[in-house]
Amino acid sequence: MSPTFEELSVGQDIGGRSIDVTRQDLVKYAGASGDFNPIHWNEAFATGVELPGVIAHGMFTMGAAVQLVSDWAGDPAAVVDYQTRFTKPVLVSDTTGTGDAGAVIDVSGAVGALDADARTARVDLTVVFDGQKVLMKAQALVRLA
Amino acid sequence: MTINPDLQGRSYPAAEVYDVGREKIREFARAVKATHPAHFDVDAAQGLGHPDLVAPPTFAIIIAQRADAQLIEDPEAGIDFSRVVHADQRFTHHRPIFAGDRLVAELHVDGVRAMGGGAMITTRSEIFALTDGDGREPVATTKSSILVRGEGQ
Repeated sequence: MSPTFEELSVGQDIGGRSIDVTRQDLVKYAGASGDFNPIHWNEAFATGVELPGVIAHGMFTMGAAVQLVSDWAGDPAAVVDYQTRFTKPVLVSDTTGTGDAGAVIDVSGAVGALDADARTARVDLTVVFDGQKVLMKAQALVRLA
Repeated sequence: MTINPDLQGRSYPAAEVYDVGREKIREFARAVKATHPAHFDVDAAQGLGHPDLVAPPTFAIIIAQRADAQLIEDPEAGIDFSRVVHADQRFTHHRPIFAGDRLVAELHVDGVRAMGGGAMITTRSEIFALTDGDGREPVATTKSSILVRGEGQ
């Protein structure tokens, strides 16, 4: 069920989820988005530009993290504004052929602000990889019934 | 290599049209691990009052990055793509993006700031849907900052 504006309060938890990421997921995202920067799929290229290894597209992480909000809102079209800063890379290990995740991203969200005139809720997302926040000021503005 | 400071204030007019297809929405949704039925099932989307499949909240990055490519590939800009890092991103939706939309983007270079030996470049894409006749309806505004790392950064 979609939340209604009246039942929300600032600080309310909207839940969380873990996202498993593999190198294949990054190849899929590259193809779907058109962002073929080799730092997201080629180890030698990534280390050659002084990265510790292949890293996820920031936009993969941003795009995957907001699904928690889409599902909570009950309609992805309710997300009218969404922003973040990219602060740390998500390093994705090569686990090809094993079925294991190459990285795990943990997402949780809470209501950060409410606007009664606009009937919007700002959801603040906490997005963590390897014990560190990888997105800062990750905020989704949701229009509610 | 230095970033051309005269880029600030430059605009690139809407170029090619981007046709939003149902299968592209489904493909992008799967790629960001979205499972909401409004991205996959036309009946489910229409049940929520939408005309067709709804694109995920970050779908407009496809159109925005195509617009950004005009700047990054502009030889006058002096940007080395292999040294570009995405610093921040914002999507403001004036209305959702639906399958069947025909979108164009106008690119604006809002800021160029020297940082160390590199530069922070802020761009804005104004995305419109073409309407019947010759009209344009505002759909989304995207803003992004990219850091072009200088040598040794």
